[in-house]
Amino acid sequence: MAQDNKNNSYGGAREQADARKASRRPARPPRLPWWARELVRFALLMAATSFVTFALVSLSPIDPVQANVGQAAYASMTPERRAEMAAYWGADTPLLERYAAWAAGALTGNLGLSLRFNAPVTEVIAQRAASSLALMATAWVLAGVIGLALGVAAGACRDRLPDRLVRAYCYLISATPTFWLAMVALMVFAVMLGWFPLGFSAPIGAAASSVTLADRAYHLVLPALVLSVTGVANIALHTREKVVDVLQSDYARFARTRGEGTWAVVRRHGLRNLVMPALTLQFASISEIFGGSVLVEQVFSYPGLGQAAVTAGLGGDAPLLVGIALASAALVFAGNLAANVLYGVVDPRVRGGASHAVR
Amino acid sequence: MPCDKREKRTLLRPRAGAPAPAARGAAEPSPVAPKPAAGDAAATASACPALPFAAPAPEPPLTVFHAPARCALGGNRRRTLAALIAAATVLVAVVVAGRILAPAAQATDFSQVNLAPCPAHPFGTDWMGRDMLARTLAGLATSVLVGLAAAVVSSLIALGLAAVAALGGHRADAAVSWLIDLVMGIPHIVLLILVSYALGRGAVGVTVGVAVTHWPSLARVLRAETLQLRAQPYLAHARALGVSRWRIFADHLVPYLLPQYVVGLVLMFPHAILHEASVTFLGFGLPPEQPAIGVILSEAMSYLTAGAWWLAVFPGLALLAVVLLFDRVGAGIRRLLDARTVQE
Repeated sequence: MAQDNKNNSYGGAREQADARKASRRPARPPRLPWWARELVRFALLMAATSFVTFALVSLSPIDPVQANVGQAAYASMTPERRAEMAAYWGADTPLLERYAAWAAGALTGNLGLSLRFNAPVTEVIAQRAASSLALMATAWVLAGVIGLALGVAAGACRDRLPDRLVRAYCYLISATPTFWLAMVALMVFAVMLGWFPLGFSAPIGAAASSVTLADRAYHLVLPALVLSVTGVANIALHTREKVVDVLQSDYARFARTRGEGTWAVVRRHGLRNLVMPALTLQFASISEIFGGSVLVEQVFSYPGLGQAAVTAGLGGDAPLLVGIALASAALVFAGNLAANVLYGVVDPRVRGGASHAVR
Repeated sequence: MPCDKREKRTLLRPRAGAPAPAARGAAEPSPVAPKPAAGDAAATASACPALPFAAPAPEPPLTVFHAPARCALGGNRRRTLAALIAAATVLVAVVVAGRILAPAAQATDFSQVNLAPCPAHPFGTDWMGRDMLARTLAGLATSVLVGLAAAVVSSLIALGLAAVAALGGHRADAAVSWLIDLVMGIPHIVLLILVSYALGRGAVGVTVGVAVTHWPSLARVLRAETLQLRAQPYLAHARALGVSRWRIFADHLVPYLLPQYVVGLVLMFPHAILHEASVTFLGFGLPPEQPAIGVILSEAMSYLTAGAWWLAVFPGLALLAVVLLFDRVGAGIRRLLDARTVQE
């Protein structure tokens, strides 16, 4: 799994050896084509995620009726009206029954009705995902490119000034709360310097039809930058480790004895060997980028999936919360799958679905 | 005289006339037969490694020793230990100060509202005249305690799952791996929101949420370690001798995993603390009346445009410092426990 590489700091090499060993285990079900296996895994993941989130949400003591109607309105309501509301929000049906009904709907693409936004969950998610994905994709690409460049530079200049600077930066950033960084950025660049807008994805008060693409891009810059700054640290540190490994290898030493300089070795031998781990890291970082986007969107009042998740959680909107959890799990899964497919494209040795064993 | 690495590698060869390494402790002319009653315990202990060579021996000894690190701050390991203890002391001091200052953090003084940082209030005051330094320290104390609960609970879950994966056979192993993948497949913040929501938000929600969601990465590491242990011959021996699974767990697995476990435990703190602050910031965590960094920062959001920069900057920096300190402690423990870096 692509996410395994997150743990390199503890001793990834051993783990990889074990994973290879484990994949050779005889007790395997009859082999399906790799896409079918991925499909089964995806179905299992979706079923488990939806059930767990559904169960968690129903466990909640937060009464959706009270949370949404408001204390004052709830107190002045007649008992009949209350019962009607409770039936509308589905407060009295047992968990399994409700889940079965929900799952039957979900199979036909109906994830229920968002009580907070008063629209189908799929519609809310699709609308929110559009602006959220723009933000996350920008940050994701930026973080990947900058992280790779910094990591290569640090690894090639090991223990010299660039390396120290990059490591200090990564160390500091990985200890910084994302939302605080977003607040400081907002304070400095939007409030004090006035270079960027104070949030939202479009100018305040403008009609939706009059908002141009340039407006949206302008509102996207600062949140995306903050999000990418936090994503860089992990990628840069792991890339650095890998470059150091490559430069200590026999073939790198041989290349150097032939008279190639450090940069030539990195360019000709290092980068090719970096492609795979870099891909893994890049796609594994999707989960973190999503988590960061929840916080950054909240600070910048950016109307994306993350903000919708917070609204749903605070407002007791259970169907939307389940929908967003599913969407995020699907996104993370798609990232891992994309990494596995790309391995085959990049490296002929992993073609044909053996990508789980080799990283 | 501070001893560096080069000195460590030199052979200890006594020369006549050269000041003996143990001259401080054993000044008597006849150190070959030291009287146990004469030297007190401390002096003997400190001079102990070099004592036999203090005598002007006729020929150099055949055995090669490393010169012992004699000075208090000599050697990287001692320095690491000192730094570790210092960092841990600061953290304990923060918690104690935060607990003591908790009443002061609640005290409002409407004659001193929205003060910028000054000598009386180094972190400034908020719109209710509360001292931000006291609030920040109290909030940090809460964060550290939540982090402590989270790290202990999560690491125990990780250890338990690793043991199940290692000793329960292939199916249990597959189940544990799948569980790890499942939990890691949902973005952590979303999971925290869900758990916190399930428990009705508030202090319980955030503490339990942070405590039960931090185990997957450590469980994965520990599982890999146990897989490696399973391949060891001595474990096969123990099995062949009919040692029970529980005994294998207690006698072989736990000591083998302990270094990784302790490091993982300490390095879980920073994550837990950051997540607690994040979730509280989003509004799912600690209630507004409780001093917490997340609460302070989310309240500061409404004063950003008013120019009250100190409300956001200092608590955030303090949180950053605490996280860095925990990271230092973890890195220090790892260096001290890892056999591969013993000579560094």
